[in-house]
Amino acid sequence: MNFGFKKVASYRRHRFAAPALIVVALISLGTTFSMASALTGGPHMVGAEQTTLVQEGKEIFARGCSSCHGINAEGGNIAPALVGVGAAAVDFQVGTGRMPMADMSQQAMRKRPVYNAEQTAALAAYVASLAPGPAAVNDAQLTFERDGNTAQGGELFRTNCAMCHNFAGQGGALSQGKYAPTLMGVEPKHIYEAMITGPQSMPVFSDKVITPAEKLSIIKWIKAAESEPNLGGASLGRVGPVTEGLLVWTLGLGILIGIAVWLAMKAR
Amino acid sequence: MKKSEKIAGSVANYVDERTGAAKWLKKNLTKVFPDHWSFMLGEICLYSFIILLLSGTFLTFWFDPSQREVVYNGSYAPLSNLTMSASYASTLHISFDVRGGLLMRQIHHWAALIFMAGIIAHLLRVFFTGAFRKPREFNWLIGVGLVTLGIVEGFLGYSLPDDLLSGTGIRIAEAILQAIPVVGSYLAFFAFGGAFPGHVFIPRIYTVHVLLLPGIFLALITVHLMLVWYQKHTQYPGPGRTEKNVVGYPLMPVYMAKAGGFFFIVFGVTAFLGAVASINPIWLYGPYTPGQISAGSQPDFYMGWLDGLVRMAPPIETHAFGHTISWNILIPGLIIPGILFTGMALYPFIESWITGDKTEHHLLDRPRNVPNRTALGAMSLAFMLIILINGGNDIIATHFHLTINQIMWFTRIGVIVIPPIVFVITKRLCLSLQRADRELVLHGKETGRLVMLPHGEFVEIHQELTPAQKFILTQHEQPEPLAIPDTDAGGVRNPAGIKGKIRSRMSKANAEQVSAPSETEAKAIDGGHH
Repeated sequence: MNFGFKKVASYRRHRFAAPALIVVALISLGTTFSMASALTGGPHMVGAEQTTLVQEGKEIFARGCSSCHGINAEGGNIAPALVGVGAAAVDFQVGTGRMPMADMSQQAMRKRPVYNAEQTAALAAYVASLAPGPAAVNDAQLTFERDGNTAQGGELFRTNCAMCHNFAGQGGALSQGKYAPTLMGVEPKHIYEAMITGPQSMPVFSDKVITPAEKLSIIKWIKAAESEPNLGGASLGRVGPVTEGLLVWTLGLGILIGIAVWLAMKAR
Repeated sequence: MKKSEKIAGSVANYVDERTGAAKWLKKNLTKVFPDHWSFMLGEICLYSFIILLLSGTFLTFWFDPSQREVVYNGSYAPLSNLTMSASYASTLHISFDVRGGLLMRQIHHWAALIFMAGIIAHLLRVFFTGAFRKPREFNWLIGVGLVTLGIVEGFLGYSLPDDLLSGTGIRIAEAILQAIPVVGSYLAFFAFGGAFPGHVFIPRIYTVHVLLLPGIFLALITVHLMLVWYQKHTQYPGPGRTEKNVVGYPLMPVYMAKAGGFFFIVFGVTAFLGAVASINPIWLYGPYTPGQISAGSQPDFYMGWLDGLVRMAPPIETHAFGHTISWNILIPGLIIPGILFTGMALYPFIESWITGDKTEHHLLDRPRNVPNRTALGAMSLAFMLIILINGGNDIIATHFHLTINQIMWFTRIGVIVIPPIVFVITKRLCLSLQRADRELVLHGKETGRLVMLPHGEFVEIHQELTPAQKFILTQHEQPEPLAIPDTDAGGVRNPAGIKGKIRSRMSKANAEQVSAPSETEAKAIDGGHH
C-alpha cells in the first residue's frame, strides 16, 4: 500500500501530469455545466428556478462581460452600464452574436452567437434582475402572421426604417463607418427587440410611437419582402441604380462592343 | 425574265416615275463607309433610341401621368389598399397586370442606360481620335446637345413612375432649382405650380418626356446623321487613305446587312437584359410621400457624377440682405456642370485656336500622336470617375466595409489631386508610345532570334516592318509651336497680351512630340547596321 501510494505520488512530477489534470478538470466542469444548463431554463419558471437562473447569469456575466461592462454591470470606460436595459436588449445583443464584441470596431457586427439559448436566457435574467426594463420577446407575442398587415407594415417601414435600412431592408451606410445592417434573415423576435431597445445607432421605437400591432405589421412586411421572389429577374442586390449602372457598363456595353469588334473583323 | 421579276420591275418603275427615287438611290446606296468597330458605337445609340421609341410607345398605352390620388387594388398584395398617385398605380398595373408589361418597362429602362453609355463611349471615341476637328465642329456641338438632353430625358423618365426613389430625385432637382440666386424660388414655384410636390409636375414632365424631348432628339439625330452623310465618315490612317477619299465598303449591300443585323443584336441584348436582370423595381420602393426616404437613394449612372459632386460639397452658405445663397448646392449642382459642359462644347474651337490649325481633317488621329489632347481626355475621365465614385459612396461603404467619411474625403482631395497626375502620366505614356513607334520604324520588330556572328558577336535579328505598317506609324502631322514672339520689334514684352502668352504656352506644350523618323533617317539606318 505504501509502495502503491508512492508510485502514484511519483507521477505527480511527470511532465504530462499538469496537462492531464487540466483536461480532466475541464471535462468534468464542462459536463457538469452542460448537464446543469440542460436541466435549468424553460419558459415557465418560478421563484427558486428564477433565482438559480439569475445566479447562473451572474456567473456568465462575470466571466464573459464584466471586463468591459463592470463587475456589477455598472459600465466602464469602453462600455455602457447595463442596469435597466432589460432582458430584451440582452436577448438581442447576445442572441444575434453582437455581444460579446469580437473587436472594438465602430459597431458590433452580427456573427455566430457565442452563448447558446440557455446561457443567453440566464444572462438576460441576470440583467433584468438589476432594474426593470423591456422584457425579452417570446414566440407567443409574435403573432405577426395572424395579426400583421403587410401593406400597412410597408408604409410604416418606409416612414420609420427605410431611411437607414434601405427601401427593401438591405441595410445602408451611416456616418463614420457605422451602418444599418441588413434585415434579411433576421429572426422576428430580434427585429421586435431591436425596435423596443434601440441597439447601437438605432433609435427606440416605443409602444407609443409604433404600437405593438404596428410592430407586428412591420415584421410581416419585412418577412414578405424577404420571401418575395425577384419578380424582374436577377435582383442586383436591391440597392438601387448603382449596380444597374455597373451592369450596363460591363455586361451590356461589353457584349455590344464585343459584337461590334466581331462584325468589323468579318469584313476583312 | 421571270414573271416575278417583271412585276417587281413594274412596281419599281411606277414608284420611280412619281418620285424620281432611282437616281438618288443609285448615287447614295453605293456610298462608301470605312469599317472599324469603334464606328459602331454611334449605331448602338441610334438603335437603342429606336428601342426606346418602340418600348416607350407601348408603355404610354397604360401609363396614367397624373398625381390624382387613387387606392391601389391591383395584384401586388404588399401595396394593397394604399393611397398613391395614379401614375404610380398605373406603373404597378403595367408591371403586374399587363401582359409583357414588366418586360417592356425593363427593356425601356435598360435601353435608356445603354443609350447613355453608348453616347459616352461614342463621345470618347470622337474626342480621342480628333474626329471633332474641322469640318465637324457642328456635329460635335449637336453631340454635346444630345448627351445633355439625354441626361435630362433619362432623369424625367426616372421621375415619372412617382415611386419613392423618383420622388427623392425630383426633390433634389427642386433643391438645385431653388439654389439659383434671386429667381430660384420663383422658378421652383413655376415648375411645380406651387409648393413641392404639388399635382402638376408629373403631367408636365410627361409631356416633355414623351413629346418635346423625343422630337428634339429625332431632329438632332437626323441632322447629326445628315452631316455625317454629307461630310463623309472619318477614317483611320492607312495606306491608300487620304484626306480626300474614303476607303471602305458600299452602303448597299455591306452596311445595309451589317447595320440591320446590328440593330437586331442591340435589340436582342437589351431584351436579354430586360428579361434576366431587374431594373428599378418600383413596387419595392413604394409610392412617393415627401415624408419618406430610402437609404442609398441614387440617380441612374449618367447623373451619378452630379450626385457625387453635391455629396462632396462642403456646407457653405451665405446670408445677405435676407437671402440665403446655398453655395453647397449652387457650385456642385449648377456652376461646375455648367463649366464642364461649356468646356466640352467649346473644345474643338479652343484646340484649333491653340494649334492654329484651320485645315480640314478626315483622317483620324492615333491618340498617342496628340499627347496633350489625350492627356486632357484622360484627366477629364479621371475627374468624372472620382465624382461618380462619391455618388455611390454609401453603397461602396457598406459593401467594402469602408466609412462613408473616408470615401468622401478621399474623393474631395482626389478630385483636385488625381486628375493633374493622370494628365502628366498619360502625356508621358503617349510620348513613350511615340518613342516605341519610332524605334519600331527604324529598327523593326524584335524577333527574339539571336545570331552569333563569325567573330563571336551576338546580335538579335530585327524584322523590318512592311511599308504599310511603317506608313501608319509615320503618317501623322508634326505640329510646330505657333510663332508668337515674346517681344516685338520695339522690345515691348508680350505684344499679344496675356491671351497671346497663354496661347504661346499652350501651343508649345501641344507641340511637344517625339519626331517621327524621316525618310533620310530610315535610309541611313538601312545602309548601316543597328
